[in-house]
Amino acid sequence: MAEEREVSVLVGGRAGDGINNAGALVARLMSRLGYRIYLYFDYPSLIRGGHNFAVIRAATREVGTCREKVDFVLALNQETVTRHQGMVHDGTAFVFNADLVKSEGQGIPVKAILAAEQAPEIMGNSVMIGGFAKAAGIEWAQVEDVFRAALPKGTDLNLKVARRAYDQLAVVRKIPERGSPPLSLVTGNEAIGLGLIRGGLDAYVSYPMTPSSSLLHFLAGEKEKFGITVVHPENEIAVVLMGLGFAYAGKKAAVGTSGGGFCLMTEGLSLAGMAELPLVFVVSQRTGPSTGLPTYTGQSELQFVLHAGQGEFPRLIVAPGDAGEALAWSAIALDIAWQFQVPAFILPDKTLSEGTYSVDTAALPSREDGPAGPGRAASPSLPYRRYADMPDGVSPPAFPGTPGAVVKVNSYAHDEYGYTTEEGDMVSLMTEKRLRKQEALARAMNTFPQVNVLGKADAPVALLCWGSTKGVSAEVGDALGLRVVQPVVLEPFPTTQLRVALSGTTKLICVEENATGQLAAIASEYGIAVDEEIFRYDGRPFTYESLLAKVQEVIL
Amino acid sequence: MTGRNLITDVQNTWCPGCGNFTIQHTLKALLDGWEKEGRSLDNVVLVSGIGCHAKIADYLNINSFYSLHGRTIPVATGIKLANPDLTVICCCGDGDCYAEGLDHLVFAAKRNIDITVIVHDNRVYGLTTGQYTPTSPLGFKGKSTPSGTAELPLNPVELMLACGATFIARGYTKKMDQLKTLIREGVAHKGFSFIDVLQICATFFPAADYYTPRVYEPADHDPADFQKACLLAREWDYNSDARIALGVLYRKSMPGFGERVAVPNRTASEREQAVRDIIAARI
Repeated sequence: MAEEREVSVLVGGRAGDGINNAGALVARLMSRLGYRIYLYFDYPSLIRGGHNFAVIRAATREVGTCREKVDFVLALNQETVTRHQGMVHDGTAFVFNADLVKSEGQGIPVKAILAAEQAPEIMGNSVMIGGFAKAAGIEWAQVEDVFRAALPKGTDLNLKVARRAYDQLAVVRKIPERGSPPLSLVTGNEAIGLGLIRGGLDAYVSYPMTPSSSLLHFLAGEKEKFGITVVHPENEIAVVLMGLGFAYAGKKAAVGTSGGGFCLMTEGLSLAGMAELPLVFVVSQRTGPSTGLPTYTGQSELQFVLHAGQGEFPRLIVAPGDAGEALAWSAIALDIAWQFQVPAFILPDKTLSEGTYSVDTAALPSREDGPAGPGRAASPSLPYRRYADMPDGVSPPAFPGTPGAVVKVNSYAHDEYGYTTEEGDMVSLMTEKRLRKQEALARAMNTFPQVNVLGKADAPVALLCWGSTKGVSAEVGDALGLRVVQPVVLEPFPTTQLRVALSGTTKLICVEENATGQLAAIASEYGIAVDEEIFRYDGRPFTYESLLAKVQEVIL
Repeated sequence: MTGRNLITDVQNTWCPGCGNFTIQHTLKALLDGWEKEGRSLDNVVLVSGIGCHAKIADYLNINSFYSLHGRTIPVATGIKLANPDLTVICCCGDGDCYAEGLDHLVFAAKRNIDITVIVHDNRVYGLTTGQYTPTSPLGFKGKSTPSGTAELPLNPVELMLACGATFIARGYTKKMDQLKTLIREGVAHKGFSFIDVLQICATFFPAADYYTPRVYEPADHDPADFQKACLLAREWDYNSDARIALGVLYRKSMPGFGERVAVPNRTASEREQAVRDIIAARI
């Protein structure tokens, strides 16, 4: 273990024990010490009774994955000790609830401490966090700061019970403080929500489906602050069509789901393509097919979102690699959808959506001018033609309520006014108009840096990855001296930028969390051949060690 | 825009004698009237599904969203939530609204979203050339049920009462004056308005001889009386032989979905500040 530069903590307990919140507190404590954080939360698809755990990794570098070994185990149930023996090393420090767990290390009499302060059972996690802080040699003042920031209700009592555990335990493994100022901790889904708000979102419509639901919860919780309408309708079919209703009326909307819910949205997607209505789709991937593993990760929807919907029409697909990219690219996706009147996809996965990352807000691009408006033509030329045939295919938009404009959108093949047509010439004209939009969209996207180059930028061997495997690939690339190339935009496929990023490579290894190599297949369509493919499809994200071993196998 | 020609130049392809003409001209007369009252038609939006009824989007010269089969209501809901100043009217078919999109109808009534749903209920699929719909009578011989349907029809009026719709009416395309009143009142109603329009399909279900002697306007009906409305709804079950009540069958005042989910307007800088505050609170 590179103990000098990083530390990993496992927090485990029963479903319903609040493991995610306990993990978030541990993450925050370590973030305050100046570390960069990644938190992975592993839970089965049930409400109570199963085993949950969070792994919090704190490092001096940016991280987006976990290590296989942990330095601390914080056990709220016996399973945390028995199930994760493979994650323990000789120096791992155990802190456990002595009422429920038998283990080596330091036990905490949680019940007795709560009784002494007449505190409710729900504060048991605060006791455990107090004990962990002491074992890790974290100053009490830090604990107090973090509790005051994270637990606005019952703060004093939480601190009292935490303090009792803090006083009872000994320092066993001091986590050194780093000089760097602490960064904010944001989940991938929160980052997508914040990015959409910065892009000018007016409405979010979604039907709950893991791992997209926490985005719905976040935006519903903050809707008053943001001034956005949040609707949870009867099903995903209603979701997408409500979204298109908002778009027609001139309001920027996004919808969110996972693969199964997106199946129901595909008729609406195709309508967006035909009616030329802008809408952002957040499709957070989980393990498929079908219901699959609801709470585990996967990258098997790239080809699905790329080809979904009958007929041919342009679309944008972006796959951010971490929370920082999610924040930046979600705003861009909304902008571009409206600029070109096309559907745009944001394609995270469970690892990103529900993972917590350090986000450097100094790197947040300014949007001081405010988000780009929906492009309302001040006074459209009359009679208004919703589908006026323009050189770049993008017709000047107008919305119902515009004086004198009759705004007609249509799912049928239509003429420039939006009237249904079956005339072959008009059908061809409108098809070509939509294709020119595709070209204009590709040109506009080329003005963005769409492909990241990480690791050793001039190395001849390159890892090709997308989405949440960015972090783990970058680390492996750094360790082995490999180039790491991550296209963020996947449609229109950034062929030119990708070729530049790959120039001089002699071996290309594609890393994907699916079983067939979906990005590799797209790359090969554009003449970029992949030499080796590394897949993982058990629902778990690559750890640093698991990817390192697989890459070493193929480069030797 | 004033003085517009409300009927477009698009060639009309409804069959001669189709009940859709009645609904189209009823709407045209209402729109004319609104314009004369000084109300701008720029704020009126028509949403149609897919089917014979839906061609009305091409034939009326007002804002329109020609949507998908069964999907008028969620589109209309989005439009109304996006801009409450718009008057949003859905023209749906019975196959469209009671089969493919029934879930949306149920939920729109449950939410009391302020839109007006006009169902062109000809009790047959016309555009797909004659199959049974959810309101076709038992034994209806359509192309997909050549020996007659084996299921009873749905009673949409009773269904809407159960779903909490706050304005429920039934009209008939041979009673145009009454239909005009029903649609006018439905649009004026704050909340979800549902109008089932018994419509003649000249080609596949020319049922005028059945409807005309049976329809009546119940005297002294109080639309606020839910129990009476239920009795009227059950009098004719779209299957057995009975009198068919027309008119406003039920009406109730209740806050709408849009009012309940309204959020304050925020400026771009307020929103940016909120984003930065949330991020800052996560340190």
